[in-house]
Amino acid sequence: MNRHEKVEKHVGWFFIITIMAISIGGLVEITPLFFQKETTTPVDSLRPYTALEMEGRDIYIREGCNNCHSQMIRPFRAETERYGHYSVAGESVWEHPFLWGSKRTGPDLARVGGRYSDDWHYAHLMDPRSVVPESNMPSYPWLGENKISNELSAKKMELFNGLTKNRTHKDENGNFLPLYSSDEIANAGKEFATSKSITGKEGLREIDALIAYLQSLGHALK
Amino acid sequence: MSSFWSIWITVLTLGTLVGCVIILRWCLKNFTGIEEGKPMDHEFDGIQELNNPLPKWWSTFFMVTIVWGFGYLALYPGLGNFEGLFKWRSSNQDIASLEDSKAQIAAAKDAGMLVQYDREVDQADAKYGPIFAKFAKQDIAALSKDEEALKIGQRLFLQNCSQCHGSDAKGTTGFPNLTDKDWLYGGSPEAIEHSLLYGRKANGMIAWETMLGGEEGVKEVAAYVISLNPQRADKVDSALAAKGEAKFAMCAACHGPQGQGSDALGLPLGAPNLADNIWLYGGSEKAVQNSIRNGRAGVMPAWKDILGQDKVRVISAYVYSLSNKD
Repeated sequence: MNRHEKVEKHVGWFFIITIMAISIGGLVEITPLFFQKETTTPVDSLRPYTALEMEGRDIYIREGCNNCHSQMIRPFRAETERYGHYSVAGESVWEHPFLWGSKRTGPDLARVGGRYSDDWHYAHLMDPRSVVPESNMPSYPWLGENKISNELSAKKMELFNGLTKNRTHKDENGNFLPLYSSDEIANAGKEFATSKSITGKEGLREIDALIAYLQSLGHALK
Repeated sequence: MSSFWSIWITVLTLGTLVGCVIILRWCLKNFTGIEEGKPMDHEFDGIQELNNPLPKWWSTFFMVTIVWGFGYLALYPGLGNFEGLFKWRSSNQDIASLEDSKAQIAAAKDAGMLVQYDREVDQADAKYGPIFAKFAKQDIAALSKDEEALKIGQRLFLQNCSQCHGSDAKGTTGFPNLTDKDWLYGGSPEAIEHSLLYGRKANGMIAWETMLGGEEGVKEVAAYVISLNPQRADKVDSALAAKGEAKFAMCAACHGPQGQGSDALGLPLGAPNLADNIWLYGGSEKAVQNSIRNGRAGVMPAWKDILGQDKVRVISAYVYSLSNKD
């Protein structure tokens, strides 16, 4: 049996050598990013999500918005003319997981915050065709029904404090500031139950959280 | 990038290329002891495996791609901190703010080292800059008669404004029609431009139900508001409307004593004219009651930072032209 056959006919060898071959790309292209200034330093105006925005982000993930909407403006003029300044890594250092997406059935949302009013988002999420007749986006009417709870809000904040260690803004002494203070964690989402929803109902609904999240997108680079 | 990671990337990348060459050359040699083209004692279902080498065209192209790879890594940034002989970059990821970005672009320009994206923008500015400069010299009313400006304005409108105001600019419930003469914040060129640049926010229309003494009050005021429209005055319960009139004083602060709207009063409050039968949130009894009960707070986003003054001017001219066709 020649040497080539040894590799081809033994699953163990073949497995080990294949893993080695395909990991080289990741070792070169991904691993160094964990340690670079551009990818670990937040841009100046980056701020953490509020409890409400955090809930909205989780609804965005649950409904699979990122399957049709990217959040990554590429550095081409054709894109920046439509969406605004291209995305930079420093805007995403606190994102877990990233929601950059890779498919654009709908438009990019990286800088959608502030482009439309809350009323528009409400009308558009309940029934996209009420404002954009040619839209092929699904309707999400249940978002206006389901209440949100702050049961997990404090936990999520604590989790993000842990996830972003040593990648946050620094105080004047050069120490990393936690994303959320203990005060913010203790009061996370207390207003959910008592605030008035955009639907007119008492108590915030999922749609309020999602709109808050969408309106928060893209303001970090200014 | 620290030199450790730079070396890490360089060694792994070049090592992989060299490794590919070694493995390819090894695979091209005949270690089997069987002559080329002869059977290898491996038969299945009557099909024999012959000892054929890798196709020449394939192995040659493999070598060509490796040579190309070395060339690419010499010219473009691929090896850690080595910038490549062209010193090319697609974008500048190392910015902390837009101000920082501007400073870096200026410095790069002085050094003649603009990144690809900024070069594209420069070329576009050279091409389109003079057009917008020409527009900037005309006032908006004159611009609204300029064919070229209107074409550009329409494209920008469709891209940025049609989501709310509709591609025909006729609006929909909650989003104003821009083709009529009914304005919330003024229809002069200056007022339109101001609305686009800085946005508008209607704050005054709070939920009035408690202030009006509950559901009954809402119904009364709604009846009075509808009765302000000459065509519909005789279609409402006049007793109800009379009660509503007494309570309308609270509304008059913004909507005017005759419900003529804040624009007619010269105030930038965004309180619609209630006497003209044009309804931003619907004119049915139910819709008017809803507006009073829950309040309304229409928001026009500010476009100055998104589109910039030049484009806003052209869109203003387009919007102005829609209701001033003469």
